[in-house]
Amino acid sequence: MRDKLHEIVEEFADTPKELRLPLLLDFANGLPALPARLLEDRDSMEPVEECQAPLFLAVDVGPGEVHLYFDAPPEAPTSRGFAAVLHEGLDGATPEEVLATPNDFYLSMGLEELVTPLRMRGMAGMLARVKRRVAEGMEA
Amino acid sequence: MPVEYDQDTKIQAYAHPERLVTTEWLAAHLGEPGLVVAESDEDVLLYETGHIPGAVKIDWHLDLNDPLTRDYVDAEAFAHLMSAKGITPDTTIVFYGDQNNWWAAYALWVTSLFGHADVRLLDGGRKKWVDEGRPMTTDVPAPAAGDYPVTPRDDSVIRAYREQVLAHIGNGKLVDVRSPGEYSGELLHMPEYPQEGALRGGHIPSAANVPWRRAANEEDGTFLPVDDLRAIYQDEIGLETGDDVIAYCRIGERSSHTWFVLTHLLGFDQVRNYDGSWVEWGNAVRVPIEK
Repeated sequence: MRDKLHEIVEEFADTPKELRLPLLLDFANGLPALPARLLEDRDSMEPVEECQAPLFLAVDVGPGEVHLYFDAPPEAPTSRGFAAVLHEGLDGATPEEVLATPNDFYLSMGLEELVTPLRMRGMAGMLARVKRRVAEGMEA
Repeated sequence: MPVEYDQDTKIQAYAHPERLVTTEWLAAHLGEPGLVVAESDEDVLLYETGHIPGAVKIDWHLDLNDPLTRDYVDAEAFAHLMSAKGITPDTTIVFYGDQNNWWAAYALWVTSLFGHADVRLLDGGRKKWVDEGRPMTTDVPAPAAGDYPVTPRDDSVIRAYREQVLAHIGNGKLVDVRSPGEYSGELLHMPEYPQEGALRGGHIPSAANVPWRRAANEEDGTFLPVDDLRAIYQDEIGLETGDDVIAYCRIGERSSHTWFVLTHLLGFDQVRNYDGSWVEWGNAVRVPIEK
């Protein structure tokens, strides 16, 4: 797993249970806004159906560097939090690093008992879609 | 002594007007002794982003479900929860939440299993309050602990189990409140929502389909006026207020919304919520299914 993502997983795991949701909210609040070109072209973004609330993503696969973009409304802070974890952990990574991310990396964050396994599926859905886009981008 | 009821004309036309309040009423009564406002959402973090001043958070999963068994919390855990939220048996609880009060209605239904007397919903829920520009805060209240007695949960009146549903087919009315695609068996989960693991699709034989959301006004999420609700549930699918009715959905949350409508707004006196719902029925061996 990429160091930056690993650090985030550890940060959650080391945070006392009652402070993990506030931490996720900090991430949600820190999710970067979409760049202008995507704001104008929202239809090009991919919906993540595994999320309970609407969430859209876009992936840029450049030479040696992947960039991630997520869009979710303020009334879906949990989805925003998950997106921000992936963004902070994987934005700027190499395509190989993204593809090497374990599909169940989030299980060690200690969030399942707080967020419920059902809600956690959104995270799995986002990562799976990011990986598929990166794999397609490498072939192109 | 319950907090005074909302005298709003639309609300007074319902069978049990004491179960619903308007945003105006709530704004005027916030902070009144004997009133606790509780937010219950689908999104577990939404309350933390801001809530009605003084409102406590009750999470459907973390607070109301038993952590081990697929069941609701027991009497001790419920009493502990109520006490921690500053609620006593005399408290008027007003629930509100996201998604047209979907989860707020669920919390209200679970609270009713324990016989809490005065539970009400905020008509229009969180969205209406926010859209009207009413105050929100991130301050989390620290209520003085109440002393809530351990009261047994009574599952016999408003809750139905699988065996009872099986015996109900052909003998009572069933309402499936899921989306048409789930009802027809085309979808095994809600549109746009994750797959939740039912092995078979379709509906319980004889169930009529009325998606739960039809009971709410699309614009502001408030409940439809009583005549419109009657037109759907009584005229359209032929239910009568004296009927023995069981409502179900996927895990019992959307159907608690319909349970609220039938019981409190239309005055049906025998409505049960089958919380096992499709996640149980669609996986159960040898129960009848219709497509």
